[in-house]
Amino acid sequence: MTWVAIIGAGIGCYLLKLAGVSLPARALEHPLVERVADLIPVALLAALVAVQVFAEGTRLTVDARAAGLAAAVVALLLRAPFLVVVFVAAATAALLRLAVPGW
Amino acid sequence: MAGPLTIEPDDAERRAIVRDGLGVGIATGLYGVSFGAVSVAAGLSVLQTCALSLVMFTGASQFAFVGVAAAGGAPLSGALTALMLGTRNTLYGLKLAPLLDLRGWRRVAAAQVVIDESTAMSVTRTSRTAARVGFVTTGTSVFVLWNTFTLVGALAGNLIGDPRTYGLDAAVGGAFLALLWPRLADPRNRVIAVCAAAVALGVVPVTAAGVPVLVAGGVALLAGILTRSAADPTELPGR
Repeated sequence: MTWVAIIGAGIGCYLLKLAGVSLPARALEHPLVERVADLIPVALLAALVAVQVFAEGTRLTVDARAAGLAAAVVALLLRAPFLVVVFVAAATAALLRLAVPGW
Repeated sequence: MAGPLTIEPDDAERRAIVRDGLGVGIATGLYGVSFGAVSVAAGLSVLQTCALSLVMFTGASQFAFVGVAAAGGAPLSGALTALMLGTRNTLYGLKLAPLLDLRGWRRVAAAQVVIDESTAMSVTRTSRTAARVGFVTTGTSVFVLWNTFTLVGALAGNLIGDPRTYGLDAAVGGAFLALLWPRLADPRNRVIAVCAAAVALGVVPVTAAGVPVLVAGGVALLAGILTRSAADPTELPGR
């Protein structure tokens, strides 16, 4: 099932790219299409951040991941590059868990 | 694949474009390591992880897919989230098509590397040749390095044991936030982001893993439709 999803979504993502370079440019010109296309990544990424950090199965929880996210915010405010942001988030959570086992 | 040249950038400009493209390729490729490690930590095999980078080849969608898997979501939820995030590449393609003027097999091959980085490195060029050099150099170097470093990250991730010890679960949240960050410069996007996060967390207790993110996607659709009917202040030129 995982393989079907990987290959299906992979081919789907390719077809989305191919459609872009194949469709007439007019397809973009509808303002509603542009607006929704701008908003979808924002909404999905924000939801992914929230769920990834504060959900444990179907439970909401605050643990070391939240501290990792806070550290990531600080890194982003300091204009750190992507890799540094990811590393800082991981290292903060890891160190906290070392200090407070079970967090 | 330079093709017939109409406006020729000089050698210095061409070298500068190639150098920038390779630089972006190296920087982007390196975070393939984090994707590889996060993906095996989410329970995917090394082969599945590499298949995502080869076939899907669009970072945010890949992180979303493994993020849903890590949360215990159904593969279908992960696939739908990945596809929704992949729609922005369609818009990039629409912008690139007239600029690059790709035909036949070149278009079929080039489509796979229509991503954030290759688009950014070619839409700003002033001639077709320069745009093509930027697109091809960036697209190819990101593709090769992203896939190489995905494998490195996946193999390393497999060796280190419980990913929580190293905070890899927190790394995913950090990665999504870093991808989101540049878009938060727009005040309207900040409102949408807060609403989407709140809605997603609100439905976490009552839905299966992976579904809250899709519900948040619905929020974006609704916001897009509703803000259109209002007298639209977002239509003012932002820059």
